[in-house]
Amino acid sequence: MHVEQIAVFLENKSGRLAEITATLAYHDINIRALSVADTADFGILRLIVDDVEKAKKVLKENGFTVGITKVVAVEVADRSGGLASVLQTIEQERLNVEYMYAFVNKSGENAVLVFRFDDVDRAITALRRDGFTILSGDQVCAL
Amino acid sequence: MTTLYWEEEIETLPRVGLESIQLTRLKHLVARVYATVAPYRAKMDSAGVKPEDIRSLADLRKLPFTVKDDLRDNYPFGLFTVPMEQVVRVHASSGTTGKPTVVGYTKKDIETWAGVMARALTCAGATSRDMIHNAYGYGLFTGGLGAHYGVERLGATVIPVSGGNTKRQITIMQDFGSSVLLATPSYALNLADAMAELGVDPGSLSLRVGIFGAEPWSENMRDEVERKLNIRAVDIYGLSEVMGPGVAMQCLETERGMHIFEDHFLPEIIDPDSGEVLPPGEQGELVFTTLTKEAFPLIRYRTKDISRLIHEQCVCGRTMVRMEKIAGRTDDMLIIRGVNVFPSQVEHVLMGVEGVEPHYQIVVNREGNMDTMAVKVEVSEAIFSDEVKNMEKLTRKIQADIKDLLGVTCKVQLVEPRTIMRSEGKAQRVVDNRKL
Repeated sequence: MHVEQIAVFLENKSGRLAEITATLAYHDINIRALSVADTADFGILRLIVDDVEKAKKVLKENGFTVGITKVVAVEVADRSGGLASVLQTIEQERLNVEYMYAFVNKSGENAVLVFRFDDVDRAITALRRDGFTILSGDQVCAL
Repeated sequence: MTTLYWEEEIETLPRVGLESIQLTRLKHLVARVYATVAPYRAKMDSAGVKPEDIRSLADLRKLPFTVKDDLRDNYPFGLFTVPMEQVVRVHASSGTTGKPTVVGYTKKDIETWAGVMARALTCAGATSRDMIHNAYGYGLFTGGLGAHYGVERLGATVIPVSGGNTKRQITIMQDFGSSVLLATPSYALNLADAMAELGVDPGSLSLRVGIFGAEPWSENMRDEVERKLNIRAVDIYGLSEVMGPGVAMQCLETERGMHIFEDHFLPEIIDPDSGEVLPPGEQGELVFTTLTKEAFPLIRYRTKDISRLIHEQCVCGRTMVRMEKIAGRTDDMLIIRGVNVFPSQVEHVLMGVEGVEPHYQIVVNREGNMDTMAVKVEVSEAIFSDEVKNMEKLTRKIQADIKDLLGVTCKVQLVEPRTIMRSEGKAQRVVDNRKL
């Protein structure tokens, strides 16, 4: 039960992030979470949105290079040690994390950790076995 | 100043005598090439010209041109006029499609080359007492070895230091007492900057003159090199197809133009569009016929370099015509740090990387003294990844492949789709920001 994430290539020039968010806003697409990976020369924007297909379509129409990737959203209690416990499982399983980011949901009780694993299925199995809550795309958007 | 010549008689021969030598050699060349090289014979036959039609130097224009594509079509040795057992050396330069242009030399060709190179060194005031620091690259490139043999012929001492390792070069200059520098002009400026960083005063060196070529450089750059290295900077011209360095050389007595060693290399200036020979003194494409080369002679080879011939006699006493500094190219060839780069080669590399589309742009800048080349590549969905490491792996691969094929280090810059400037629907492949 993975979540689909949209990744957008960002050339290193001012105003590109604003154009992406404006495009999504114009088409009523809501961003649930985002992270930007930046290097000296370019950036990669990663988004979790409420309508992946529509977001991909409108961004492509506006000239952006877009990719869709599977990520895993894990819900943990928003208190100290929440992330540490998940990372313990990841470490024990020797799961390879390409990157991760996190956000706190509206109620403020839980945090959602978004992981990009190279082996999504094995990661989900291991996390479930250790009792973690894996969220679906719809669940992430409903938070 | 007393002018020194290497071969005074021929270098100062009255024009009429020189032209008589040229005609004899031209007739001999055309007859030999017609008899021994099928591609030349075919071209001459289809142009309806026979060797006996060459009765004066003006008849040269009856002969068909040779172009770089002819060299490529006959790769590697198809235009050689002697059996391979007489070829003692080959050199190669980069071609437009990845295949290099190969040139060959007989023992006598190597001697001829060393001779014209010795003349060139003498033009710059070098003598057998000099310690000559040869920073041209050694290898398939004609620069290093071509200059090297000339220095030995002159009887001076050659330091075959080749390119790179700048700090060591400076130490050698200090310790060995290098008095003449052979390098690309940009490398000379690089040396000057490195000296400044190391606190080495160029005035404390024995360096007196620099012979610079293999890439375009401006008069401003000449002033800068002269000031920074405290030397005279003179211009040398050559191209591997015709011989290598030593086709033409500036003397110390003039700031304007390089003497073409016309007893070996017969120049013409043509209109690059019509192919017509232009009136004396007009600017156009430089064309060479090699009068004495044995292994790989060329008839009316179009260099694609733009220049002008100066017919008035030079104050140095040499009667050989001068050519002006190269003003540009008729094609899209770029010269980056002495290396010939064709946009089509970059395209060739990009097409070899899976998923990369042919949307690219080459941006050339001069940062400090060094030419830099950046290749902008549009990121298509096929090569896009949400992971930074994959994108960086891609840029590194393109960089390495370009370095492998072209021998030039470049920076690969990933850009968004459809951001590379397109003029009239056609992509602008090259942006050259160098002020030359």
